[in-house]
Amino acid sequence: MKMNFIKKVVLGLSLASGLVLSASANTGGPAWDKAPGSVSDKTSLQNGAKTFTTYCLGCHGAAYMRYNRLQDIGFTLDQIKTELVHTDAKVGDTMVSPISAAEGKTWFGNNPPDLSVIARSRAGANGTGADYLYTYMRSFYRDAGTATGWNNIVFPNVGMPHVFWEQQGDRKAVFEEEEVNGQKVHVFKNFEQLSPGTMSPEQYDQMVGDLVNYLQWMGEPVQTTRKTLGIWVLIFLAGLSVLTWRLNKSYWKDIK
Amino acid sequence: MAEFHEISPNAPAAAKALNWVDNRFPLSKLFKEHMSEYYAPKNFNIWYVFGVLSLLVLVIQIVTGIFLVMHYKPDAALAFASVEYIMRDVPWGWLIRYMHSTGASAFFLVVYLHMFRGLLYGSYRKPRELVWLFGCGIFLALMAEAFMGYLLPWGQMSYWGAQVIVNLFSAIPFVGPDLALLIRGDFVVGDATLNRFFSFHVIAVPLVLLGLVVAHIIALHEVGSNNPDGVEIKANKDANGIPRDGIPFHPYYSVHDIFAVCVFLFVFSAIIFFAPEMGGYFLEYNNFIPANQYVTPLHIAPVWYFTPFYSMLRAVTSELMYVLMALTVVGAALAVFKIKMPSLFKAVIAGGAVVIVVLMLLIDAKFWGVVAMGGGVVILFFLPWLDNSEAKSIRYRPTWHKYMFAVFVVDFLVLGYLGIQPPSDIANRVSQVGTLFYFGFFLLMPWWSRMGTFKPVPSRVVFKPH
Repeated sequence: MKMNFIKKVVLGLSLASGLVLSASANTGGPAWDKAPGSVSDKTSLQNGAKTFTTYCLGCHGAAYMRYNRLQDIGFTLDQIKTELVHTDAKVGDTMVSPISAAEGKTWFGNNPPDLSVIARSRAGANGTGADYLYTYMRSFYRDAGTATGWNNIVFPNVGMPHVFWEQQGDRKAVFEEEEVNGQKVHVFKNFEQLSPGTMSPEQYDQMVGDLVNYLQWMGEPVQTTRKTLGIWVLIFLAGLSVLTWRLNKSYWKDIK
Repeated sequence: MAEFHEISPNAPAAAKALNWVDNRFPLSKLFKEHMSEYYAPKNFNIWYVFGVLSLLVLVIQIVTGIFLVMHYKPDAALAFASVEYIMRDVPWGWLIRYMHSTGASAFFLVVYLHMFRGLLYGSYRKPRELVWLFGCGIFLALMAEAFMGYLLPWGQMSYWGAQVIVNLFSAIPFVGPDLALLIRGDFVVGDATLNRFFSFHVIAVPLVLLGLVVAHIIALHEVGSNNPDGVEIKANKDANGIPRDGIPFHPYYSVHDIFAVCVFLFVFSAIIFFAPEMGGYFLEYNNFIPANQYVTPLHIAPVWYFTPFYSMLRAVTSELMYVLMALTVVGAALAVFKIKMPSLFKAVIAGGAVVIVVLMLLIDAKFWGVVAMGGGVVILFFLPWLDNSEAKSIRYRPTWHKYMFAVFVVDFLVLGYLGIQPPSDIANRVSQVGTLFYFGFFLLMPWWSRMGTFKPVPSRVVFKPH
């Protein structure tokens, strides 16, 4: 009985410390790099959209996003039809995933998430959702220990393989052993290029930057309109405030 | 019943129309009683705009809510998608949705400020107790409304927030698990929960809310507004029976409030158009992930307006229970030995304390955490009878009362901040102290509020012409 109690305490404590450690690991994590793009840069958004429809829509969907909404970033309906729709979808359709949830689960261990609002959902204390995705897409490395042969620094043991490995080339991650609070842990140091990709590192960052910029935009396609409109609304309300302030003043001058 | 009033056939059409209505409905009478001949103290300050702003936000929430319901689908399989449909495909849907989501936070902000104004100037004191009670009822209804509305977008935070809060009810002894089941309509939060929360959110609670708001305003207009000096303006009337320090609400306070409304809308719009997520505080990032009952988010925190009370819930640990037991015993002992009352009452108090301590020993701390969270809100109802201060207004109370209020505000903000953060040892200790202070502030108020040197309260309000 007594033994049992002690066992419980030890188990409880180790579980608790494990939880605390994993919690701090997750809230801290590696710092995110700042994504370079801007959602008002239409060229960047268009490049990102092309990369997105070519690569991402192979496995992911964006079920709340309609193809014809891409007109907002400067594509014509014809361009959308010929260059961006790679399935039998119509331009008025949403970008549904070509694979079913069950297939996704069998192939990757987890159904690839819908990407419509992925950038909005990944924002956090470390930066915007675009920052996270920009860092994530540049943190893949070779790992023989996983099912796909790929692993990721910001999302350890992710089910997604490195889609752009040909562009970025093969890389491995270098870890160093360090002592943190008396425990030996593997700390990520840097990546080591094993073989060159078809793109230079600058070109690769540019492509990923455009892609995450597009994802940021797709999270809320109305966002640029919203801000432009907001300026006019605020100008109007500022004017109205001045007017009502003077009106108030003129009424109140009789009150002694 | 008023007499039927004939009007000259040569009168202007508008006058005739008004006369026709007035003979059938007290339109002019109501306007006079509540607007043009409702006399409000002339010394209102900035704190007095939050009542009308709460009313404005209520209207915004109802109107935007009506339009959201036209497109929203209260179905676990469709809810998340229908919100994104509103954001993308419904013309101006994004604006309506952001107005509603920002409105929820704005509602709590203005209501908290409005309540704090009441605390500052003793607006709940005789004869305004019912105004305050209706107001507390509104606050409670508002919390229910916000909690149930938050489930509707069916994101991860919606889902797990509801799961955590509904599970709290299962901590209640005997009836808890059945009660939680009744609230959810299922063993986990699911489609049934979403449907009933939707029903409560769009009709049941708003009806209660509107009824209470009407009662709040009728009660207020019956007794008349308090003011920053806490002076009863009705005690000093001129020959016509009009308070000397009163001015007609319309036009003076209507123009005043229109100005306040414009400034408020400026800030409100700045958030809607430029920061609708408000850094993850108004729209939480996790809530852009559809609800998934198999994946628990690492850190579940309620939206900011609930966090002070959420901190109180988390502060009550089995360790703190011993402190609470000791406080119960000390409180009962002081009451029995220090206060003069019949021995029957003393016996009841002593017996009650023993029963409470025994219950505290028997029932899990989680339950008492729920009691603390609920108690943090319920205790506000008792404020009119807890405050024994000689002066209503903070202006004429001893200086150290001001510090007391300042510490209370800081305490509330700290509790709110800690409620957002993941739990940690130090944070938990701070929120325990904060929780004890919060309850001490109210429960000891009958004593501390009458201590100190009060300043003389003037007979007329202090007013500087603008």
